[in-house]
Amino acid sequence: MNKVSDDISKDLKDQPKFTTDIGEKDQDHHSFDLGEQTTLKKIQHFLHGNPTIVPVIILILSVIAFGFIAGGKFFSAFNLSLIVQQVTIVGILAAAQTLIILTAGIDLSVAAMMVLASVFMGKLSVEMGVPTLPAIAVGFISGIATGAFNGLLVTRLRLPPFIVTLGTWNIFFALVIFFTGSQSIRSSDIEINAPLLHFWGERINLGGFVFTYGAFLMIGIFVFLWFLLNKTAWGRHVYAIGDDKEAAELSGIRTDRMLVSIYAVAGLVVAIGAWVSIGRVGSVSPTSFYEGNLDSITAVVIGGTSLFGGRGTIIGSLFGALIVGVFSSGLSIAGLDVLWQRFALGCLIIVAVGIDQWIRKVSA
Amino acid sequence: MQPVLVANKLSKKYGKVVALDSADLELYPGEVLGVIGDNGAGKSTLIKVLCGAVIPDSGEILLDGNKVTFTSPIEARKLGIETVYQNLALSPALSITDNMFLGREIRQKGFMGSFLKFLDKKAMADEARKRLSDLGLLTIQNINQLVETLSGGQRQGVAVARATSFGTKVVIMDEPTAALGVKESRRVLELIGEVRSRGIPIILISHNMPHVFEVADRIHIHRLGTRLCVIDPKKHEMSDAVAYMTGAKQPPQD
Repeated sequence: MNKVSDDISKDLKDQPKFTTDIGEKDQDHHSFDLGEQTTLKKIQHFLHGNPTIVPVIILILSVIAFGFIAGGKFFSAFNLSLIVQQVTIVGILAAAQTLIILTAGIDLSVAAMMVLASVFMGKLSVEMGVPTLPAIAVGFISGIATGAFNGLLVTRLRLPPFIVTLGTWNIFFALVIFFTGSQSIRSSDIEINAPLLHFWGERINLGGFVFTYGAFLMIGIFVFLWFLLNKTAWGRHVYAIGDDKEAAELSGIRTDRMLVSIYAVAGLVVAIGAWVSIGRVGSVSPTSFYEGNLDSITAVVIGGTSLFGGRGTIIGSLFGALIVGVFSSGLSIAGLDVLWQRFALGCLIIVAVGIDQWIRKVSA
Repeated sequence: MQPVLVANKLSKKYGKVVALDSADLELYPGEVLGVIGDNGAGKSTLIKVLCGAVIPDSGEILLDGNKVTFTSPIEARKLGIETVYQNLALSPALSITDNMFLGREIRQKGFMGSFLKFLDKKAMADEARKRLSDLGLLTIQNINQLVETLSGGQRQGVAVARATSFGTKVVIMDEPTAALGVKESRRVLELIGEVRSRGIPIILISHNMPHVFEVADRIHIHRLGTRLCVIDPKKHEMSDAVAYMTGAKQPPQD
C-alpha cells in the first residue's frame, strides 16, 4: 500500500501496521530491502507530486557537467545568453506543443504553421505594401485559423491528432511553397520596408548577458500560459480532457469545443513565434525550421509532460527547451561532432520518457 | 404523494432488438429505489434514458410533475438529475476540489474573475470540504489531494459529493459497489443512507442483491424491457426477487 493513501485514509490506519503491530524484530532480516524500497518509493512519490523537478535537476546537472567538460568558455555570459537566444523559437513552439500534448494529442504541424504565418507577415508587408501591423495581424489570424483547422479535423472527423497534423504539416508546407514560390524574403528588404518585423530580434545588454527582446517575450508567453493553465477553468479543462476525455464530457465540459479552442490558442502562440522568428533569423525562408516540429516535441517530453495527456507543466517545457540548448551548446564547445549531439539528445528523450513511465506507476 | 420522477411508457429499439418496451418507473421523495434485472433485461437502457445518455423512441419523463426532455447527460443534470457513473467520471490527475467543480467552477469576484476568469480556489476548496464533511467523509484531510491517491471508496465519496452538491433533485447511482471491497462497500452503503437522510431520492442500480435489499425502500424488478413488478424488500425474500427476475416465479399481484 502506498504512502500517500496511508496518510489520508482512516480506513487504512485501522488496519494493522506492518512494523508496529506485527513486531519489528521478526522483520529484521527484511529490513535492508524494505528500507531501500521505501526510499525509492519516496523519491517516486515526490517526483509524481512535483513533475517539474526532473527537468530542473537534469538542467542543473547538465550545466555543471558541461562546465567541467567544456571549461570556462561554456560559462561565459556570452555563451549562456546565446543559449537562451537559440532556444527562443523552439521554446515558443514547445509552449504551444505543451497545450496539445496535455490533451493527449500531438501536433506535427507547429513549425509549418509558424513558417506560414511568417510568410504572410513578410509577403504582405515587404512585397505587397501592406502596413506592417495589419500584416502581422494577418499572420496571427493565419496561426489561429490553421490551429483551429487542426482542432476541427480532430473533433469533427474523430481522427487521431497524429494523423491530422501529419497531413496538415504537408498541406501548410505546400502552401508556404505556393505563396513564396520557394523564394526567401531577404533580411535587407525587411529592414527597409518593415523594420517592425525585426523588433523581437533587437538585443539588450545586461552586464555582459545579451538578450533579445524575443527571449523576454518567450518567458512572458510561458508565464501567461502558466496562469491560464493553473488559475482558470479553461486551464483545468485542458488537464481534464487529457486525463480522461469521457469523464470530462460527463462532467459537463464541452470537450469538442474546448479542443478546438486549445488548438486555436496553440496556433496563436505559434503565430507570435512566427514574428519572433523573423527577428531571430532576419529573413523569411520557406524551408527554415523544418525540424521545429520534432524539436518542440523533444522539449516538451524532456520537460516532463506525459505524451498520454493530463500530466505535466508548461514551465517544464521551458526547462526542456533550455536542456536541449545546453546540450547542443556544451557538446559543440567541447568540440564534439554534430552527430554526437543528436546521439546525446536521442538518449535524453528515451531517458525522459522512461522516467515519466516510472513516475506514473505510482498511481497504478 | 407526488413522485419526483416518473417514466411513462418509455420505449427504445436498437434495430430489431427491443431494449425498452413501454417501461414505467416512479421515484418518490426521500426514497431509495433499487432497480434490478437480469442481464439484457433493459435496465441499463432505462437508466441511460433517465440520465440523458440515450434518447427514447417514445414515452415521456416527468420531473416534479412536469414533462421534461433532454438530449444529453449535461441537460439532464441542469434539470437536477445527477448520475454517479460506474466509472465515476472523475479525472484522476486533478484534485478533489477540481473534480467536484469540473465544468461548474466558481470564479473570483470582480475584475479578476469576470475579465481575467481567475478561479476562486479558496471558495471552491471550502465548499468541497463542507460537502464532504456533510456526508461524513472528513477522513479525507487534504481537499487538494489528487483523486488518484484516493481509495476506491473515497473516490466514490467524491463522486457522490459532487452529484449531491448542486441543487440536485434525483441521484442515479450505477453499480456503486461493483468495484469495491467489503469494507469500502459498507462505507458506500452508509453514504447512500446519508444522502437519503438529506431528502434526495436515489435510484440504485446494482447486481448485488444483499446491498439492494439492505438499503432500498422499494425494489423495481425489470424483465424483458419493462417493469415486471415493484416489491417491498421487507416482505420478500432475496430468492423470490431472483425468481421473479428470471421468470421462474410469477410476480405478486398488487
